[in-house]
Amino acid sequence: MGRYIARRLLLTIPVLLGASFLIFAMVYALPGDPIRALAGDRPMSPAVIAELRDRFNLDDPLLVQYGKYLAGVFRGDFGTDFRMRPVLDTIAQRMPVTIRLTVVAIVFETVLGILVGVIAGIKKQSWFDSLTLVMTALIISVPILVLGFLAQYVFGLRLGLFPISGIDRGWYSYLLPGFVLGAGSLAYIARLTRTSLVENLGADFVRTARAKGLRPRVVYTRHTLRNSLIPVVTYIGADIGSLMGGAIVTESVFNLPGIGRAVFQSVQQQEGAVVVGIVTLFVFVYIFFNLVVDILYAVLDPRIRYE
Amino acid sequence: MYIGEPENPLVPGNTAESEGHQILSGLFTGLVTYGPKTELTWDGVAESMESSDSINWTVKLKDGWTFQDGTPVDAESFVDAWNYTAYSPNGYTNSGFFSNIVGYGDLQAPLGADGKPTGDPAAKEMSGLKVVDPQTFTVELTGPFAQFPITTGYTAFFPLPKAFFADPVAYGKKPIGNGPLQAETEMVPGQGITLARYDDYKGTNKAHADTVEMRVYTDVNTAYLDVQNGSLDIVDTIPPDAITTAPDEFGDRYQEFPSSSFTYMGIPLYQPRFQDKRVRQALSEAIDREAITKAIFNGTREPATDAIAPVVDGYREDACKYCTLDVEDANKKLDEAGFDRSQPIELWFNAGAGHDAWVEAVGNQFKKNLGVDFVLKGDLQFDQYLPLSEEKGFTGPFRLGWSMDYPSPQNYLEPLHSTKAFPPAGSNRAFYSSPEFEDLVKQGNEASSNEDAIKAYQQADDVLLEDMPIIPMFFGLTQTVNSERITHVNVDAFTTVDLAAVEVVNP
Repeated sequence: MGRYIARRLLLTIPVLLGASFLIFAMVYALPGDPIRALAGDRPMSPAVIAELRDRFNLDDPLLVQYGKYLAGVFRGDFGTDFRMRPVLDTIAQRMPVTIRLTVVAIVFETVLGILVGVIAGIKKQSWFDSLTLVMTALIISVPILVLGFLAQYVFGLRLGLFPISGIDRGWYSYLLPGFVLGAGSLAYIARLTRTSLVENLGADFVRTARAKGLRPRVVYTRHTLRNSLIPVVTYIGADIGSLMGGAIVTESVFNLPGIGRAVFQSVQQQEGAVVVGIVTLFVFVYIFFNLVVDILYAVLDPRIRYE
Repeated sequence: MYIGEPENPLVPGNTAESEGHQILSGLFTGLVTYGPKTELTWDGVAESMESSDSINWTVKLKDGWTFQDGTPVDAESFVDAWNYTAYSPNGYTNSGFFSNIVGYGDLQAPLGADGKPTGDPAAKEMSGLKVVDPQTFTVELTGPFAQFPITTGYTAFFPLPKAFFADPVAYGKKPIGNGPLQAETEMVPGQGITLARYDDYKGTNKAHADTVEMRVYTDVNTAYLDVQNGSLDIVDTIPPDAITTAPDEFGDRYQEFPSSSFTYMGIPLYQPRFQDKRVRQALSEAIDREAITKAIFNGTREPATDAIAPVVDGYREDACKYCTLDVEDANKKLDEAGFDRSQPIELWFNAGAGHDAWVEAVGNQFKKNLGVDFVLKGDLQFDQYLPLSEEKGFTGPFRLGWSMDYPSPQNYLEPLHSTKAFPPAGSNRAFYSSPEFEDLVKQGNEASSNEDAIKAYQQADDVLLEDMPIIPMFFGLTQTVNSERITHVNVDAFTTVDLAAVEVVNP
């Protein structure tokens, strides 16, 4: 197991290099001149433009620019944005916000999603099951942006239950945006859990367990739920990565100063170093949680072994 | 109050956009200030600014002004700040504002054939700036410019304390100014900054509120919900969807202020098709500006009938003969000029900035009123759009806007339409060149009294509006809403909220 994890972690290095180069190349390919955009329509001194282009290596070919960037990274210097703010500072300042938001979303979608899915699965074809199917279809089809504004309007403005924006009220501020961010995945998890549970409940070993006279609770928890959760765990692992993407919209709508907003602005301003730094971090998070999921398989299903 | 994300750090010499300017306007007071009608007022640091030839200026400072760290605001704090901003290796965006001071060229790094800096500039200080004594410094300009005092109220000209030069990076997070408000917290990107009243402020515009929190929003819809909810006090940008309901919902707490912003269609004079001025006049006469402002902007802009904005002394209502709808005359002019109506007119605008609807409306009016078809060319982002304009790449009328740097008619004429403002040095993207116009602007620059200057500028304006290298379209208006907690929300022509004036009534 230890060797397996070490091998997987070593494999992340080429993946991260490849990913960072691809992102770097994409930012490089964006049309337009980011330095010109700094001053709007006002003319800038040609010497100042030249100075800034030189400072950020903008006149170099792609490979040279990337090489210089990478050389900096190995020295522990992740570069700065065009305003000389270190990229690491930006990440350090904004990451906690996004982590809190993601944690709220994950907890919310996992707990509620599995709960709803289990109830719907057990009470198959009840009114609760039908309601779940209708509601989840509805939530999945509504864009997160619309859901966000709707939540702000209803729970923030009309009912006054939650703050509309900002992070002034600690964890409480993250509840509403976290729910909105997790809502789509919640619906998926509920459906996934239900389907998987229904499937397993019809399996032979469950019939055997029932025939042996085990109490229904033991049948559900010991024999069914555990292996029904394998696809759900896979989904949640992959979802942590996509939640980061959804955070870009959610953070904008709820005005949370997180990493999603930073990456959005940086793409607009063609801040190569910032985009590469943050997105590479996203890639790492994604890889890391996939590894966690793979390890969790072994815990959930004793038949799976890694050597 | 609401602000958009400023381009940090908060240093006057490196702040060229409105959000950073909004914060700096509370933290700093310049040499001069502008009154409610953007007239020049001597409520700033300067006691006087005198010149006998409009070239050599002597600036005398008032006694007793201090920065918020207690150090004096003296001649050095201006001269050092200007030199630092102008010095090209510092890479400050506002460097160009000092280009008419003698010695500016020596502070610009020499550039090699590949456009890269090849070494350090020849000097670190402009020879045209001299400190005489702590309260006096002199400025030598490269040519006569009587409007010089008016320009010095702009952000780029603010003074800097010694603390800045010791650590510019730390300073940019928590600037020390000389204005009515001081930074209480560091500026946190994405969140904002809290300002507190500076009690030793020597100016007349003392702050009323104890603290002002500037809160950064990425989405104005969210900010608007917050002000409806009462958790935010001032929003100075109303989301387009809310503009029709806001006046009813907020009553007195909805206000409208004129702004200096000016939207126009530039005409590529380098295209043979538009070289006859009758064609340009005809195009202008074919546009019903009134209808567009009503239908597209819900009255949030004003039809333009001058090339100088109404917020500036020297503006004339109906200065432009060809800026009102006259379909008959427009068609007559096109016929006289022998304009080929079979080819569509290509209309250029930059993408993603909300210009699509009104430019299309202009096109539709060309079609309806002149029988000329149109093609929309709106795929380029602003940072691709500007370079194309410099390469003379536009094939038809193109959208542009201008907001003034200082309240002088000169700011609407020389940087936009003079020969020396050909790109990339300036914003004369129509490549208009008229000796008569230049001469009149020069007369204005050299005039000894403001009345004479305005008279000359207006004559230059007349020449411009006859030649029509640009078609004036709209002047901007700023709409604000505020919560019940505060009063005295005033927005100046620079679209800057006067933070010092805001009073808290229901804490």
